[in-house]
Amino acid sequence: MRSPTPAPYSPSGAAERPSLLYEVRKVLKYESELNPEFGKEVAQKAHGENLFACIQCGTCSGTCPVSHYMDYAPRRIIAMVRSGFEEEVLSSSTIWLCASCYQCTVDCPKQIRLTDIMYALKQKAIAKHLYPKKFAVPIMAEEFYKGVAKNGRNSEGSLMINMARRTSLFSLFKYTRLGMKLFTTGRMALREEGIENKEQLRKLLRGVEKAEEEAR
Amino acid sequence: MKYLYYPGCSLKSTGKPYEESLKAVFSALEVPLEELKDWNCCGATAYMSVDEVKSFALSARNLALAEKQGEPAENGMVQLIAPCSACYALSLKTQHYLAENEDIRRKVERGLSEASLTYQGKVQVRHPLDVMVNDIGLERIKGAVKSPLNTKVACYYGCQIVRPYATFDNQASPTALDNLMEAIGAAPLDWAMKTRCCGGTLSGTIREVGFRLNYLILKEAQRKGADVLATTCPLCQFDLECFQPNVNAAAHADIHMPVAYFTQMVGLSFGIPEKKLGLQRLFVPYKKASIGG
Repeated sequence: MRSPTPAPYSPSGAAERPSLLYEVRKVLKYESELNPEFGKEVAQKAHGENLFACIQCGTCSGTCPVSHYMDYAPRRIIAMVRSGFEEEVLSSSTIWLCASCYQCTVDCPKQIRLTDIMYALKQKAIAKHLYPKKFAVPIMAEEFYKGVAKNGRNSEGSLMINMARRTSLFSLFKYTRLGMKLFTTGRMALREEGIENKEQLRKLLRGVEKAEEEAR
Repeated sequence: MKYLYYPGCSLKSTGKPYEESLKAVFSALEVPLEELKDWNCCGATAYMSVDEVKSFALSARNLALAEKQGEPAENGMVQLIAPCSACYALSLKTQHYLAENEDIRRKVERGLSEASLTYQGKVQVRHPLDVMVNDIGLERIKGAVKSPLNTKVACYYGCQIVRPYATFDNQASPTALDNLMEAIGAAPLDWAMKTRCCGGTLSGTIREVGFRLNYLILKEAQRKGADVLATTCPLCQFDLECFQPNVNAAAHADIHMPVAYFTQMVGLSFGIPEKKLGLQRLFVPYKKASIGG
């Protein structure tokens, strides 16, 4: 896997001693370093037939409630996806900040399903483990996914504990008061929730997997 | 008419007061609710971030179970009430994708058949707000009001009951909740944050961002002079209420805003005892005495 930013150019040995010259760094990517198929892959995954119809008007970035926290606002993400900047897109903070409020999706004048594109990018980033090691958003998604696939229901208590195990155990202390209050008001149970017919759920998910394997 | 009720995980835990008040209000209106047997989690935003087709399959299982358990209404469709915005939006999204995307339909149907389930598309997913305003009707609700709520309310719809698949209200400027609040005697405020994102799970993951979004909504409700913020979603309620001390600390603010489920407010106006509405479970108290209703 290539690192997100190209390594600075340094002739052999130059890196060890302090340089009196400028550090020369390539700031643009060569076309050969891009993934020309990336746009098509994403469009297919997110049913984003309209992805290539984007007119770069910026409505999505303007309407997004969290775009000012993103490293690339949604309009730029679309442009980068189309142009094949796979590494930059999949390692961006943008995809994890999207809270799925669907504002961009309903406002887009070209009916591009931006929220579904963000989901497709999250799925790709998780499949490739392209996120900071202790980053809570994808870790929550993974732990939630595991819990529901196993039990058929989510249990807030074990989700919090499993997340804390992978992010920071200290975070459990931050939530002690909240947890106690939820517990005393009867809004959080300690037992693990689950459906009765887990076998049926297992068969259902396995059936989808089989259909996907055959489609490949 | 009988309705099937799909609670979802939240209404059995953090959103317990939502379930309690919903059941109490529907029972007062003599509209029977029957819980969907062995329902599973809709997967919410988290499951979808890992696997899309499996996420649709989860919702398809619920739809298939509902089709089997429920009796069709006059329009030939089983009526399934999903009070949680995530469950509601995802069930609708699943129906859309099953109808329009051949590839997804084939994969989901394969899963269903391996699990000995079938789904023929005969389920209509409803939000309780939709049912109360459009099926039961505001006149019948007005008739059940015993003590009108004399209170200024900020009606907060959140994102996922109107977007992306609004079926019963205007996406940009919904009014169903405002009309319902008016019917029980409350005064809905004109404010701009009706459908603004509360941040969802961000308040638990990237707190700086989540708390900021929570703050903007709470602050605007306070500035407009709201006595209470009425919500339709368990996650919005949790973020805006349970994290209020954290939001205040992060924004150096002093907000003290009760965040009640719309069903709790309707129940109060019907004269249903506070305990039956789960009001004692709220972190920021909202009591009838404080509003003089």
